[in-house]
Amino acid sequence: MNFAVLQFPASNCDQDAIHAIRLLGHSARYVWHKETSLGDVHAVIAPGGFSYGDYLRCGAIARFSPVMQAVKQFADNGGLVLGICNGFQVLAEAGLLPGALIRNRDLQFHCEHIYLKTATPDSPFTNKIPAGKLLKIPVAHGEGCYYADKETLDRLVAHRQVLWQYCDANGNLTDVANPNGSLMNIAGICNESRNVAGLMPHPERASESLLGSDDGKWIFESIFGALEKKTAAKVA
Amino acid sequence: MKAKIVITPKKAVVDPQGKTVQSALEHMGYTGVTAVHVGKYIEIDLAPGADKAAAQQALSGAAHKFLSNPIIEDYKLEITE
Repeated sequence: MNFAVLQFPASNCDQDAIHAIRLLGHSARYVWHKETSLGDVHAVIAPGGFSYGDYLRCGAIARFSPVMQAVKQFADNGGLVLGICNGFQVLAEAGLLPGALIRNRDLQFHCEHIYLKTATPDSPFTNKIPAGKLLKIPVAHGEGCYYADKETLDRLVAHRQVLWQYCDANGNLTDVANPNGSLMNIAGICNESRNVAGLMPHPERASESLLGSDDGKWIFESIFGALEKKTAAKVA
Repeated sequence: MKAKIVITPKKAVVDPQGKTVQSALEHMGYTGVTAVHVGKYIEIDLAPGADKAAAQQALSGAAHKFLSNPIIEDYKLEITE
């Protein structure tokens, strides 16, 4: 499978994303933010970083980069798009995902391992995560607090769009386990069509045990599996 | 001609910066502060001779679409000569 990893000025987790995908056996290439075509890809990753210095608001300027027209088109056609950290912020600013990410409630930059509880296996981003398995993945952000108004939150819950929530080592959704104050401990969500997802934690930094956890690979494996199913369905 | 845009967090959104500043003011001895909200101020210089109404409309669009995020922020736009 071919992955496109977007590069905005000051994206800094693009190399880690490329590395993780290649390590897991698939191919990935960089797509500079000024390109107007994604090329022949099966999925797009918007990586972490501080695009445009986080000026104005995180992701607020990157969302208007030329490549985002192609990403929107790709998403509208059902293509799989995953936003990680700043990538999640870009997708939210672009309106490809609902809600917004704001400053961490304690105003501190959180750089630590957290646990994620998978809220639903029913998505191309969660379908291979072993049932009941908590994912130990690092976060590194200052503006990761997920906010949406009550109407949006109710809709997210009703349509099972909440994919991952911060939990403690025993799987409890506690306040202490929430690094940034996200409503409902939301760490990641998907859109209504379930083909675009975003999460604040970094699965690409937890895809090999050398880095302290390889739980992040389950998210990539889910995407590979979903893409393989799609290709098989096309051929049939 | 200048456009002045004040962007403030929506009341429904938690404003930890505002709360922190309020706490600091209280610790510094300022009494009677019931709330603090921290926002942003953007100043845009416009070419002289621009049409004020057209500028108002264009910048209102920019304020809504880009300079603020309507999910979490409110804005006030003022154009001065």
